[in-house]
Amino acid sequence: MDFLFDSLKSAVLLLWSLDRDLLIIVSLSLKVSFFSTLIAGIAGIPLGLAIELNDFRGKRLVITVLNTLLSLPTVVIGLFVYSFISRRGLLGAMGLLYTPKAIIIGQIILILPIITTLTITALSRLDSRYRKTAMTLGANSLQTALVIVREARFGIVAAIIMAFGRVIAEVGISMMLGGNAKGFTRTMTTAMALEFDKGEFTMSVALGILLLLISFSLNIVFNYFQGKTGD
Amino acid sequence: MIKKSVFILVVEILVLFSCLHNAVGGEKAIIRMSTTTSTENSGLLDALLPEFTKDTGIQVKVFAKGTGAAIRDGMDGNVDIIFVHDRAREDKFIEEGYGAYRLAVMHNDFVVVGPKNDPAGIKGANVAEAFKRIANSNALFISRGDDSGTHSKEKEIWGIAGITLAKKNIDADYGGKTPDIGYEYPAVLAERYVSIGQGMGKALTFAEEKQAYTLADRGTYLEYKYGRAQGLDLEILCEGDDNLGNPYGIIPVNPEKYPDIRFEDADRLAKWLVSEKGQKLIADYKIHGRQAFFPDAKK
Repeated sequence: MDFLFDSLKSAVLLLWSLDRDLLIIVSLSLKVSFFSTLIAGIAGIPLGLAIELNDFRGKRLVITVLNTLLSLPTVVIGLFVYSFISRRGLLGAMGLLYTPKAIIIGQIILILPIITTLTITALSRLDSRYRKTAMTLGANSLQTALVIVREARFGIVAAIIMAFGRVIAEVGISMMLGGNAKGFTRTMTTAMALEFDKGEFTMSVALGILLLLISFSLNIVFNYFQGKTGD
Repeated sequence: MIKKSVFILVVEILVLFSCLHNAVGGEKAIIRMSTTTSTENSGLLDALLPEFTKDTGIQVKVFAKGTGAAIRDGMDGNVDIIFVHDRAREDKFIEEGYGAYRLAVMHNDFVVVGPKNDPAGIKGANVAEAFKRIANSNALFISRGDDSGTHSKEKEIWGIAGITLAKKNIDADYGGKTPDIGYEYPAVLAERYVSIGQGMGKALTFAEEKQAYTLADRGTYLEYKYGRAQGLDLEILCEGDDNLGNPYGIIPVNPEKYPDIRFEDADRLAKWLVSEKGQKLIADYKIHGRQAFFPDAKK
């Protein structure tokens, strides 16, 4: 049992020393998660709006499919993207496999359904009077959408938080599409998996602590954006 | 209503647990073995272990990982026996009292593989020269980087080739126990040295993808080259050198260290592997028509 205690102490020392390798790993994790969340957000929030605000045939079906995609395993996404971007795949010539871009592509697929469905949920809880009032006051459809997003921002920010949490903690896609190359595509989670495989737990524990600390501070920031709608 | 469903849930959980208990703690003899990915990926164990079970009734649960992790499993008493290939660390394992004894089982050899057009021009050179040429070229080199036996061998060869390994230690010393998270790499290669920290199969597909050089054990290479619908797009460019030998040893975990391990059954497995039958099975095992492992037990 005391290996956990030893690892914990060493982990704190490691964090304290701000080791360069550690910083590279952490910054790559943050960069990749940031871009995948950003792009998925830019695509997912308008998509959720479009689905919720329009009535069309098969709407329930679309929502059911999106809900199903929430349980898409990372391994399946990894395989799917791999088959396209590997040297023998359709997009092989672009040399995307084992680059941070490949991880971002996979992660976008992972969280796009999360952001879209949670946006739909957030919007569907709104009182329909917001929309009607905006329209009677002469707002065009873009302005109406903005009013609605503003009112639903608590839920939409929650969607972003959830998506970010999912990608920064995710290991399957990063491992399969990034390849865990030291200094290039090694992220916090793949590094943790590796150190565990090597039988060395210190770095794993250190990275685990760091990951939670980073998530905590990011959530404080998000909380600031969310907090003002509480009333 | 709620009470009833809670009751059903509790019953279900209890049933589940008792099933688990039967599966784990049943009377059947099962031993746990940690081994390297190369014995597992090459398919050798699938040929050996069913025969062993037939002969003795003992089942073997296999955990395939890098040699570093396999040895760690032994040190923590998580397994009954280890089957690995890293002589220096095996000896240390026994010296420190974790292993009961070591038996030489077999060997195979390492090969240097790379792209067909061989940009570094290593074909025909001995392995030290080949590594030197890779270092002085523009080619990428993929390293296992996972503390496995193959990784140890690779570092050894860089040394023989006279390429200096830069060592970077991470300062996380606590109470005299230095955690082994330093990192060694051939400084000349810099960005061209890609350390991926994964198994042999992954290193091969990575090297194929990047058309890079890597050090592989012959068994896994053959399996990936001839065992798949689309064979690996890499060629053996350097082989047969004395420095490329790869001996495997089997070590039962010392029962004095961990009294609850199944030493007797592990002992039988070790003895069986070096028996005439075990050795013949190893010699007869072929990967796509090619012998991959050579028995080592002394008569």
